[in-house]
Amino acid sequence: MHMNILEVRHLKKYFATQKAVDDISFSLERGSIFGLLGPNGAGKTTLIRMITGIFYPDEGEILLNGHKFNPVEDVGYIGYMPEERGLYKKMKIGEQAVYLAMLKGLSRKEATERAKEWFVKLDMQTWWNKKIEDLSKGMGQKLQFVTTVLHEPELIILDEPFSGLDPVNANLIKDVIFELSQKGSSIIFSTHRMEQVEEICDHIILVNNGKKILDGTIHNIKQEYKENLFRLEAASYENISHPSFEVIRKEKSSIVIRINEGFSTNDVLSHFIGSGVQILGFHEILPSLNEIFIKKVEGTPLARQFQNVPA
Amino acid sequence: MKKIWLIIQREYITRVRNKTFLLSTFLTPLLFAGVFAIIIFITVKGQTTDRVAFRDNTGIFQEQEYKRTGVVFISDPEADTSNYLSKGYSAIVYAPNFGINNTDKWQVYSKKNFGLIQSEAIRDIIRNEYERYVFREQGIDVSLLDSVKKASGSLSVETAIIGQGEEIKKGNSGIAYGVGYAASFLIYITLFIYGSMVMRGVMEEKTNRIAEVVVSSVKPFQLMMGKILGIGAVGLTQFVLWIMLMFLLSTGVGFLIPSDVDPETLNSAMAQANESTRMAAISGIKDAVGAVNVPLLVVCFLFYFLFGYLFYAALFAAVGSAVNEDPQDAQSLMFPITMPIVLAIVIMINAITNPESPMAVWSSIIPFFSPIVMMARLPFGVPGTVAYWELALSMVMLVVGFLVTTWLSAKIYRTGILMYGKKPTWKELLKWAFRK
Repeated sequence: MHMNILEVRHLKKYFATQKAVDDISFSLERGSIFGLLGPNGAGKTTLIRMITGIFYPDEGEILLNGHKFNPVEDVGYIGYMPEERGLYKKMKIGEQAVYLAMLKGLSRKEATERAKEWFVKLDMQTWWNKKIEDLSKGMGQKLQFVTTVLHEPELIILDEPFSGLDPVNANLIKDVIFELSQKGSSIIFSTHRMEQVEEICDHIILVNNGKKILDGTIHNIKQEYKENLFRLEAASYENISHPSFEVIRKEKSSIVIRINEGFSTNDVLSHFIGSGVQILGFHEILPSLNEIFIKKVEGTPLARQFQNVPA
Repeated sequence: MKKIWLIIQREYITRVRNKTFLLSTFLTPLLFAGVFAIIIFITVKGQTTDRVAFRDNTGIFQEQEYKRTGVVFISDPEADTSNYLSKGYSAIVYAPNFGINNTDKWQVYSKKNFGLIQSEAIRDIIRNEYERYVFREQGIDVSLLDSVKKASGSLSVETAIIGQGEEIKKGNSGIAYGVGYAASFLIYITLFIYGSMVMRGVMEEKTNRIAEVVVSSVKPFQLMMGKILGIGAVGLTQFVLWIMLMFLLSTGVGFLIPSDVDPETLNSAMAQANESTRMAAISGIKDAVGAVNVPLLVVCFLFYFLFGYLFYAALFAAVGSAVNEDPQDAQSLMFPITMPIVLAIVIMINAITNPESPMAVWSSIIPFFSPIVMMARLPFGVPGTVAYWELALSMVMLVVGFLVTTWLSAKIYRTGILMYGKKPTWKELLKWAFRK
């Protein structure tokens, strides 16, 4: 087994008026949860469609399990849940789950057994003979998730999996996602909801205007984008100026400081302790992904502009 | 292949299990049989006899009473337009007063409109008696008239088809006309019904965004072909069921009539209006069976139905993939596809009266028209009217045409099915189709 389930190298896809994906490379470790972030129209969907074999890339290559990705033969390894949900409205729910799993290569028997297991697991047993048109949006979402993972794909691609789910069901799905990754499935999680990414993902890339602008683990990225900000809580704030830091702002019972270049946290603390100020709390403020996201994307046009792409 | 098979199964089973399919399959023949039964019932049981008074001062009418199906003609010098209803007549007829050279209007005064049988009977009595009156006035023996009429009535005109060194077959262009007309209209209607079924199916997959899920499992071409073949199988099933049901019902109706109604009554009731046409129909069917190669016709019908459907279904699928939620878009994009089908019907109506004209021949070879036009020509005879090479060329062209439209449509479909936003123009669709 190859270390990286997926490797994407210099992938390009140009449309008539857009460089939808412009030279993106990344790799995905087996069993990890990978966040694919980016504003609307950044090229996320196009990138995913190439990984799922719906589009052929103009240039670049995709390696699945170390081999060149073959859209026809490798469909069974991939489970894809698009952002826009799609199911046959007039078809019975159980049949639909079985049908979609069979299209992925499962036998009817296998597909039926697994579908039943999943229906029990997600508390959907009574749905089997109902039709999609009887389901609410959230229920449809759950069903779509089940059809995505039913054939036990090694690579699961989820595009905004929690939209439309209530907190209880969102947590249920989140737990299942963790469980699947523990069992060895690798998950690509595409979203622009940063709080979910921080909670779930190990590794992220940020895409904007078809280009990758950030790549790394959440920890490393936060370290990279930290601004040496600390929150300090003390009994009193007298005599607090010192060359080692600047006060950024005062809050109710604390202050936010930035440690200047060439100084460390110990310099700051020893200054306060030396001045006889009683310290109640001191901790680093790391930027949230949301802030990093906004910072990176800010300044670029909010929506994609049409470009002329030489053919 | 296994996946196409899965898709075909799904398309087929969900449609065949659908209530609309069951209703349309079983109700259509019942409806036909019902209409047929009602017509017979009305002819047999619903016959009313109207009393019609006549006043004649010229001596055209020699008798006091004439009886025909539905009408009794009674001489009544007392009756006039003011009192005929109270005397129990439905109408009153005045014979014109002017001698033999007068062909003036005969006026029938009535409060209601007579049915076809009654008014035909009234006319028949008047004509008959007028003829006899003229003969009498000219001093010719009236019995001569009867024998002449009898002789000319039994005269029949037959067309014989004779090929080189073949046995003589009885030709019946009327039957060929009817069979050709029915077959090509059936193909015309099914092209529309099943073609738009394909289009709606594709639109459903696109607007419900199922396409994206399925296309991550199968190739777009497999999804499109699976749908087309699945719906085609539904169409064939429906045809076979219709033929079987029609057969069962027609034999059923045939059995019902003699047991229910005394054949004598039936015969006399139908005698006036229906006897001759019925006889003609029966002998015509026998002739047609002799003249038309029925197995060839059935095989050709299934061939042209199937490949005509396949030829157009791919185009309908391409249109379905191009439109978004708005059904109006579908209408305008469909126009270039429906136009040749409608045009084919126009050509067919011309071709059926002149099945050997160059237009009929060539349009029965061009795949856009051939399913409809060829079906209209075939009953006139192979190889008499349609040469073997014409039939072979037409079939080959249709199969080639099907491969071409499917190939081009698949390219449009592949792009269209995942394209949301504004409706593409035909220019754009053609660009997608011919892109490498």
